[in-house]
Amino acid sequence: MVHPALVQMFPDFPLLFDHFFSFTVTGLANGSVYALVALGYTMVYGVLQLINFAHSEVFMYGTFAVVWTVYFLGGDKQTSVGAMVWMLAIAMVVAMATSAGVALLLERFAYRPLIKRDAPKLVALISAIGASFMLAETMGLRSEIAGWFGLSDKLDFYVSRSRDTKGLTIDVPQTTVFTLGDYGVTSTDILVIGSALLMMIFLDQYVRRSRMGRGIRAVAQDPESAALMGVNSTRVVQVTFLLGGVMAGAAATLYMIRIGATKFDAGFILGVKAFTAAVMGGIGNLRGALLGGLVLGVAENWGSALFGTEWKDIVAFVLLVFILLFRPSGLLGEALGKARA
Amino acid sequence: MSDEIPPVEINADRLTPVGGGRPSAPVSLRSRLRSMRDKMGRLPKPVKIILMVFAALLAYALPIINPPILSTPDTDFGGVLFIVSVYVLVALGLNIVVGYAGLLDLGYVGFYAVGAYVVAVLTSQHASWPWLATIPIAVMVTMVTGVILGAPTLRVRGDYLAIVTLGFGEIIRLTAVNSDWLGAAAGVPKVGKPPSIELFTVPHLNWDSGVPLIDLHRETTALKFGVIDIVPYYWLVLTVVIIVLFGDMLIKDSRVGRAWEATREDEDAAELMGVPTFKFKLLAFAMGAFVGGLAGTMFAGRQGFVSPQSFPLLLSILFLAAVVVGGQGNRWGAVVGAIIVGYLPERFRGFEEWRVLIFGLALMILAIYRPQGILPPRRRAQARRLDQKLDELEGEEVAGV
Amino acid sequence: MKHPHTLARLAAAAAATALALTACGTTDDSGGDDGDSGSAACDLKIGYMGAQTGDYANLGLNMLGGVNVALDEYNTEHSDCKVTLEKYDSQGDPEKATPLATKAVQDDKLIGLVGPSFSGETEATGPTFAEAGLVTVSPSATNPALSTNGWDTFHRVLGNDDTQAPAAATFITGTLGAKKVFVVDDASEYGKGLADGVADSLGGAVTDRDTVQQKQTDFSATVTKVKAADVDALFYGGYYAEAGLLSKQLKAAGWTGTFVSGDGSLDPGFIQAGGIDGSFLTCPCAPSPDDFAAKFKELNGADPGTYSAEAYDAATVLLSGIGEGNDTREALLDWVNNYDADGITKHIKFDETGEVSGVSVFAYEVKGGKILPGEPIE
Repeated sequence: MVHPALVQMFPDFPLLFDHFFSFTVTGLANGSVYALVALGYTMVYGVLQLINFAHSEVFMYGTFAVVWTVYFLGGDKQTSVGAMVWMLAIAMVVAMATSAGVALLLERFAYRPLIKRDAPKLVALISAIGASFMLAETMGLRSEIAGWFGLSDKLDFYVSRSRDTKGLTIDVPQTTVFTLGDYGVTSTDILVIGSALLMMIFLDQYVRRSRMGRGIRAVAQDPESAALMGVNSTRVVQVTFLLGGVMAGAAATLYMIRIGATKFDAGFILGVKAFTAAVMGGIGNLRGALLGGLVLGVAENWGSALFGTEWKDIVAFVLLVFILLFRPSGLLGEALGKARA
Repeated sequence: MSDEIPPVEINADRLTPVGGGRPSAPVSLRSRLRSMRDKMGRLPKPVKIILMVFAALLAYALPIINPPILSTPDTDFGGVLFIVSVYVLVALGLNIVVGYAGLLDLGYVGFYAVGAYVVAVLTSQHASWPWLATIPIAVMVTMVTGVILGAPTLRVRGDYLAIVTLGFGEIIRLTAVNSDWLGAAAGVPKVGKPPSIELFTVPHLNWDSGVPLIDLHRETTALKFGVIDIVPYYWLVLTVVIIVLFGDMLIKDSRVGRAWEATREDEDAAELMGVPTFKFKLLAFAMGAFVGGLAGTMFAGRQGFVSPQSFPLLLSILFLAAVVVGGQGNRWGAVVGAIIVGYLPERFRGFEEWRVLIFGLALMILAIYRPQGILPPRRRAQARRLDQKLDELEGEEVAGV
Repeated sequence: MKHPHTLARLAAAAAATALALTACGTTDDSGGDDGDSGSAACDLKIGYMGAQTGDYANLGLNMLGGVNVALDEYNTEHSDCKVTLEKYDSQGDPEKATPLATKAVQDDKLIGLVGPSFSGETEATGPTFAEAGLVTVSPSATNPALSTNGWDTFHRVLGNDDTQAPAAATFITGTLGAKKVFVVDDASEYGKGLADGVADSLGGAVTDRDTVQQKQTDFSATVTKVKAADVDALFYGGYYAEAGLLSKQLKAAGWTGTFVSGDGSLDPGFIQAGGIDGSFLTCPCAPSPDDFAAKFKELNGADPGTYSAEAYDAATVLLSGIGEGNDTREALLDWVNNYDADGITKHIKFDETGEVSGVSVFAYEVKGGKILPGEPIE
């Protein structure tokens, strides 16, 4: 008899190949969300050479903005598809604004005081970790905080059971649009992958072509020379955080459409994954973030198919180590500053 | 000692290396701490040794004295001291990696877990060795793990190391969760305990009535590693901490310590000067893993039950926070940082759900107002003193002319 | 030079400490146990250990509320001689629970404990309670192995996973009539244990298995596998947050089978996380009786939840013993071991390993965005 644990360790290739497109397309959709969040890490790293540990919370606040907005607009199980589209569009704008706001607050209170003092990099990381704990716990304790102001009853939906998973009040339907091999590609898949690609292209063009984009690249390349050339580096850093926040807000909306529920600590694991994606693609590189996100999403699903879902995170991290061994600065290993105008 | 600030304090403020330089409350507190430390540094050696021995004795006596205010009202003080001392041990190990060699490690809990699991596997899961015999194996396995992790990854850029080590910590935890061989999520029960040698029994003090009373209901039998009384375990770990501290002092002042410092400050320059930086980084990783694994064995011996639940990613972050908050590169800073991280949440259990929020806020405030950590490393202090002296001399010249 | 000052001060401090040590008395006189008059034991305490903050706070607070009801009833009846409750917030974490257990056994007034609530912390603290002879009655720890450790002090007022798993399997193949079943677990001690048990009982009906992780949110790979296996029902061993998400994503992907999960998913959080209508949740716990639910709501300001009624029963077992004059740990342990009376969830009588007799398992249906009261599984 072979030990059952060993049987499990043999990759289940027939499963993957029989349902290849199912695993791949859903992996791409998940990877798109990673990619959008990874942008925030990559941009801040490119400009400041800092790991913005609290970016995961920027994303998490976006997911809650989506849930709340949809509820506020009266979304429930009976909402028609047409109304749903409008609700989600408005929710996306609110989520982008919320995430951008949180990102700017982070920049102002957790980073700027440190950047001014030219503190060691590790200290900025600790400050970000502290900010991350604070933001997540504030969300997790919102019922208590609302209680102080006597608002628990008024805000019941928004604050009750604040440490639990909160789902969207609408059921986003998934309709099969076309069939790809074994898999019927759904409207959600197309929406998520398509929007992520559009956002990426927009951001990439903005950084390459706009005046502010040039400033960002200048600071990323050489902050001192940039300052000498009259680039307002504080402003550049602010815009970087803002753009990262906007992308995280978009990611949050797509995530909620796909996953359907969020929690005060939902940002943490997703943040780790997105950061992994950023490093995989080459940190500081916008196109690298996209590639890293998609590769990671697909690798996780293939790993789940081959070895069982419990090994998917291990597959992801082992892949990261392999990529770094053979391409020490990531798949596209180019820094933000070196992107050509 | 607040009234004994030497007159150089004003200069010190102006020379604050972090560039803040505002003559406000935190700055003067900083200089006060600094002047205390400088005075400590200037004491003659025998006095220093006596003070240290006294401090060590006090540390041993803490759970017996059970001092009010310090003691934890809502949970067992001995148990908290034990966890704090294990954290101190871990922080000392991580300080070698982060503080001395300048390698950002976000997965240090992995080594701690490996140490604990080796003990669990050898004393309970697949063999029934005595606890003591597993320690050499455990630390060896963790060191090898450190080298296996370090050899491929230490060649990648410094910042990438953060995510790779984070991944390593998760791989260790997830492997334990998903392997029946390691007891899966349920963990390994009935882990071996340290051998008991019953020497003497001391009653604890009880301060409930305001004056210290000898509490005949609470006694600790020295070196009886039982189930209820955690104090002997605390003494055991404290002893290990002291030994590791000595080893740390020796290695920091040796050629190895200087090589680490050179690598940390400027890797390329160090390589040019003939320091084989990769080898020394790997050594730092292995040493750090050694201490982390040792802490894991202590934890397993006390807990008697090892499960993946005890090694979350968050713990790695907590350990890193301990080292950085304390002052990376200073062993006493690591000790202080670990005490803060391990002790304060248990002391203020009354705040319950607000603990993590307050902890996050405290991390931010500390990072912003004391970016060098609570106790910055000695070298910076020395450099500052030199600066100070220079300034004084210049001042005299001006006055003399 | 300044250091002589410092030294002198240290010496003074040392001398003061020495003086204090020599001058102090002992606590022997304060711990007297024969000073009080009256037949029933007074100023005694019972403890409750479980999560009150942290990720598992909801479940822990459900139980704490049940204990509160039992305590309130006891203290109303014995208003001249009240029992107080000592709360130990373990956050469900074995590491935090251990020093708390040490603290609990050092408290001489504490003679019984409701809890610990989770299997992991029960495993970690069991030896401490056993050595101190402090009787524990858990309202929720369901790992079957816990009763095999030989701890005389361990008791639980609900069936373990070995009773729930066969019942859940019977429900899936019998009541639901499923021929092919997919079994998923969350790799947690509880979830995997329950899922293993259900898979064993289902035998050949299990077509495939998968393991996810706690806090996982994207289940697309598992959904693909489930759809590929073409099954009638899925059993999920794990907690409500992941269960709700998994059921929602299965339904969104067009899967039409029946989603079944265990007691860990029996919480309104399941629905809040997206749990779908038509799901069934099995539990060795009984629905709260109406008068208990009313009292619970009045006292705690919330509706009772999973294990509230069990916690009430557990606390009642201990409190009735104190009311009968069992004022030492030894006497109370003896009382619990010989307990034989009706509780609100079942008839309570423990066997020598601490397992309760007469357990039944209930299936709770999710319908119209609510969890309906459970029906016993035949």
